[in-house]
Amino acid sequence: MADASSQIARTVPTRRPSRFKEFWRYFSENRGAVIGFWVFLAVFLVAVFADLLAPYDPAAQFRQHALQPPFWQSGGTWEFPLGTDALGRDMLSRLIHGARFSFFVGVVVVVVAATGGILIGLIAGFAPKWLDTIIMRLMDIILAFPSLLLALALVAILGPSLLNAMIAIALVLQPHYVRLTRASVINERTKDYVISAQVAGAGLPRLMFKTVLPNCLAPIIVQAALSFSTAILDAAALGFLGMGAQPPTPEWGTMLADAREFVLRAWWVITLPGLAILVTVLSINLMGDGLRDALDPKLKRS
Amino acid sequence: MLRYLLSRLITFVPTFIGVTLISFAFIRVLPGDPIIVMAGERGLTQERYEELVQRFGFDQPLWQQFWDYLTGVVQGDLGNSFVTNRPVWDEFFTLFPATLELSLCAIIFAMVLGIPAGVIAAVYRGKFFDRALMSTALVGYSMPIFWWALLLIIVFSGWLGWTPVSGRIGLLYYFDDVTGFMLIDSLLSGQDGAFGSAVQHLILPSIVLGTIPLAVIARQTRSAMLEVLSEDYIRTARAKGLSSGRVNGLHALRNAMIPVITVIGLSVGTLMAGAILTETIFSWPGIGKWMVDSIFRRDYPVVQGGLLLIALIVMLVNLTVDVLYGLINPKIRKR
Repeated sequence: MADASSQIARTVPTRRPSRFKEFWRYFSENRGAVIGFWVFLAVFLVAVFADLLAPYDPAAQFRQHALQPPFWQSGGTWEFPLGTDALGRDMLSRLIHGARFSFFVGVVVVVVAATGGILIGLIAGFAPKWLDTIIMRLMDIILAFPSLLLALALVAILGPSLLNAMIAIALVLQPHYVRLTRASVINERTKDYVISAQVAGAGLPRLMFKTVLPNCLAPIIVQAALSFSTAILDAAALGFLGMGAQPPTPEWGTMLADAREFVLRAWWVITLPGLAILVTVLSINLMGDGLRDALDPKLKRS
Repeated sequence: MLRYLLSRLITFVPTFIGVTLISFAFIRVLPGDPIIVMAGERGLTQERYEELVQRFGFDQPLWQQFWDYLTGVVQGDLGNSFVTNRPVWDEFFTLFPATLELSLCAIIFAMVLGIPAGVIAAVYRGKFFDRALMSTALVGYSMPIFWWALLLIIVFSGWLGWTPVSGRIGLLYYFDDVTGFMLIDSLLSGQDGAFGSAVQHLILPSIVLGTIPLAVIARQTRSAMLEVLSEDYIRTARAKGLSSGRVNGLHALRNAMIPVITVIGLSVGTLMAGAILTETIFSWPGIGKWMVDSIFRRDYPVVQGGLLLIALIVMLVNLTVDVLYGLINPKIRKR
């Protein structure tokens, strides 16, 4: 008997699980999200260690091997496992280095858009009504334009480059954060804990950043995951239209644009960069679904 | 109802002015002198330069320029293209039917597949079918559509040779625009095979443009159906002994359609953004391709006008959806 009870004591945790553990429990309930997480991690590691992993310099041209197919097709060799492009550059090396650009774009865009958006959203949530109205009307104006079109026009003003594409995409994505933050701030502001903090003499900055913001973060984190994938997709689309990263940058969208004329001759120069974009974006979206379930039970889709 | 309509219209006006202001600012924040930039390598004589300064009104004070622009917009005057010298308004509305035709076909494709898929997934919730459909929807949602277009071209145009790669109709056929919709015009022309050719040209672009809306509609239909299926009146309908087809199809779907229709209405923005990529790849002569070409030609009056008109169309559709939603659902009106 004593044996059994001590066994129960050993298996049943006596303390409340840590926040991370609790998060992971909900997150791992969603199998797709876990797969997404591991794929995302793999792409991330590829991006970090691109220099070590890539067999060649992504810009090195082997002219005598131009448009060589992948190894499993006749004419392909293990020398270039995924074939070469029209200038004889190794596809595998270019794809590996491309992961860097996509991550870079995703991280920078999300950080810029989220920081700006959260700040403006907090201000709008706490501001007097007239300022709130002005801010929200401004956001409505930005949202009236289809995002890719506005980004395209902005890049036309700033000049085509990866940096300008990132600025444009961040600007276009920002209103979503503003709306989300403002909505949750307004929801939280009238709650008792905020009023008691106010009564206790907390200043406005403390009230905004320490009291209210941490309680608004869940939907914002989910939005961050979703806009990470939007940023990668839009940057690739701009690259594809010739308005993002410029050749010879091994950015996946730009690679697709370069390869367009070989669409009916060399399937691998088309298929592989797009597949890389799809896998990365899909893994992030899978993760985003899991994050939403774990962080924001209110939004949980049945 | 009238008050609701009025309040929606009142918020529309500042947004309209703001959107006009952004497109007005577009040409003026370009680095360097916009006229010199537009002229590019061709260069300009001093006389021509001064003439253009006057035509664009750059010699006027800024507020005067904006006022002229705003009154011009209201009267349908968006200036002339720098390249063709035709009014931007005319160019837009000659090309718009092509984009509208493509977008309509895309959204019909998305609805015809997406709504049944969502209903089936909801009815068989958690089963294999549900999981397979929803995974596919997520793949569609994550799809870089410009790549998807190229893949479809490789398979259907390259390997199978079923569909043409670009344009709206075969070169063999020629007839005048009547409605601007190729499907209708080709029928009206009475030429043998013209309609078939138009359909063949439409298939791939419609699939490409409809893919993301398809995924969104399928997901939205599923979650709306799931919500409705747990309502009391569904249980009552089941208890009355109605067949499950009748319950799911008639009672549930009808009530689940409201959020789905909203999502469809609000996907105009997605369609317009998608049209830019789809039209560029398939050389579809619509406003998306026109915008991209104009950006590359530095035809800034066109870019400016197109930006404004597309935003206005998106805003008008969103406003209509909002108003219709308020009409169907009185709860929204009260807020």
